[in-house]
Amino acid sequence: MRYLGFRFIRSILLLLGVSLLCFLFTEIAPGSFFDEMRLNPQISPETISAMEARYGLDQPWPDRYWRWLRSIARADLGYSISYNVPVAPLLWSRAKNTLLLTISAMVLTWIVSVPVGFWAAVHRGRFADHMVTVVSALVVAIPEVVIALSFLAIAVRWRILPVGGMASVDSDGLSFLAKQSDIGLHMLLPTLILVTVESAIIVRHVRASVLEVLEAPYVHAARALGISQVRLLLRHVLPVAANPAITLLGLSLAGLLSGSLLVEVVCGWPGLGPLILEATLARDLYLVIGGLMLSALFMVGGGLFADALLLLFDPRIRTGGVDAH
Amino acid sequence: MRIRTAALIGLLLVLHLGLLLAGFVAPYSPIAQNRQLSYAPPTKLHFRDYTGWHLRPFVYEWMIAPDGYVEDQSRAYPVSLFVKGHSYKMLGLFDASLHLFGTTEPGKILLFGTDGFGRDEFSRVVYGGQISVAAGIVATLIALILGSTLGMIAGYYGRWLDEAVMGATELFLSLPWLYFLLGVRAFLPLHLSPLRTFFLLTCVVGLIGWAKPARLIRGLVLSIRSRNYVLAATGFGASNLYVVRRHIAPEVMGNLLTQAALLIPQYIAAEVTLSFFGLGVSEPLPSWGNMLSNLQQYSVLTSYRWLMAPAGALLITSVTYYLLADALHSRLKSRST
Repeated sequence: MRYLGFRFIRSILLLLGVSLLCFLFTEIAPGSFFDEMRLNPQISPETISAMEARYGLDQPWPDRYWRWLRSIARADLGYSISYNVPVAPLLWSRAKNTLLLTISAMVLTWIVSVPVGFWAAVHRGRFADHMVTVVSALVVAIPEVVIALSFLAIAVRWRILPVGGMASVDSDGLSFLAKQSDIGLHMLLPTLILVTVESAIIVRHVRASVLEVLEAPYVHAARALGISQVRLLLRHVLPVAANPAITLLGLSLAGLLSGSLLVEVVCGWPGLGPLILEATLARDLYLVIGGLMLSALFMVGGGLFADALLLLFDPRIRTGGVDAH
Repeated sequence: MRIRTAALIGLLLVLHLGLLLAGFVAPYSPIAQNRQLSYAPPTKLHFRDYTGWHLRPFVYEWMIAPDGYVEDQSRAYPVSLFVKGHSYKMLGLFDASLHLFGTTEPGKILLFGTDGFGRDEFSRVVYGGQISVAAGIVATLIALILGSTLGMIAGYYGRWLDEAVMGATELFLSLPWLYFLLGVRAFLPLHLSPLRTFFLLTCVVGLIGWAKPARLIRGLVLSIRSRNYVLAATGFGASNLYVVRRHIAPEVMGNLLTQAALLIPQYIAAEVTLSFFGLGVSEPLPSWGNMLSNLQQYSVLTSYRWLMAPAGALLITSVTYYLLADALHSRLKSRST
């Protein structure tokens, strides 16, 4: 439990650091949302400075940072300048979709890559193992944009899957169940892209960590004692190999979140990605910072989740036998 | 193994030389528009007409028909090497008008077809590659120089410096990098001259990327520093500079090269992604990213498949670099054991 508490405090510190970083960037960066308004002769300088005062942009950044921190504590992320609504509900409505996409992609990725990586490691050196290694290496080497665009092109060209948005145009009239399956169908393409990209990485890691365990002396000893292959693999190899794989969970979440930004924009999935992109294009400061913080929150949360899982699966950490680092 | 590495390096050299001499390789200007030839498909190279087979390929002109483009077979244009065409600046320095290949006007050789403005896609891929690949290389240099310097300092001096640097890397790694990239881009002015955009972009990508190499180098330095021969050298009174120069730098260099081969394709993809989002190099200047951004419209994506050409170029570059990284990595491993 102390281990988890330690991790938790660390995560909070990390989030604080990220927020400070964001504010430092805003300070260093030239230009602001109002720059283009200033060029407009119809808007007087007084109006602009009044607006700046309203959004608190005329104060020095440590003051703004302090105020922003205090408002975060009240779950208030500031005000979006371009949408003219509070940031928090806006972000949340989109974050739900991103989470839906990312989490289902993550679950699918693990369902696919753990057995494949395990299987490849057990059949090391055989044709199938070579196939897995080569294909995963190739997928890792292909940039995500290319994969996403190719998948999209195939789906659109042969009308295999619905693309664009989250639901069909006429989905309002559907029953509840039909609506869910409609969303599921629209989710299939972005999920597929994410799973393809991410599982290529995870398969390689799982394969490597299982290979390492298979080389361990105790596995040879167990084999010599005559334990059946199935029992050896499931009872003695899998739990040990799971440790590095679980640590990977946090890492894979980072990849998935980055990937989902791109995939959401390409596939028109109404998640955080397109929102952040629009906010970037409109220089909507608080929205961008809010989005960044939210993505950092997801990552840190994922890391914490992985730590909790590790605690559950690895007795060495539970008993404090290994250093928590 | 050595042959494979040499072949990969040769391939990359040819690729980069081609991009460097873009004006020579590309038959047309990347920004010359031709509204009559909007979305023309790739020109077909012919070797055969009614008189029989020819050794020299020839092309026909595209003619607009009610249902798309058809070949105007009334006149053939021979394709030849080293032809005079529009003038350009070789390497940005001196004027030239020689091109690797071309055909006689008014015939046109459009290897990858044209885009919506009738600009030659092949020429744009070559010129765009110049920008995208240069962005990848410069960003990698920035990330590696920054990362290895900080990593070395952290690994060598340890204590609070190590803590501080590693804390900072954790901070930089705790954001999904694409969100981070967009976020930082949001704080920079949106409309800039292409050259300034290019430099800002590469700086941003490089600055965000320092954390991973820094961790790698730090770990490496830590392990080298505790080796017996290094401890012995320090014991005999070797200065810090001597240890770094003699023992640490050589080993770090090999790893840095591998790391560079891994990072360059990633950072090329980063530039492509940003430009794809409309946040990078802007029209009319081509980059692989802003060329691909037209494909965000489904109609363009499905009807004009040849516009995927920049994606193909990106794919080839990326896979070659990864193969090189793999070859370098296994060479390093075989040397250390």
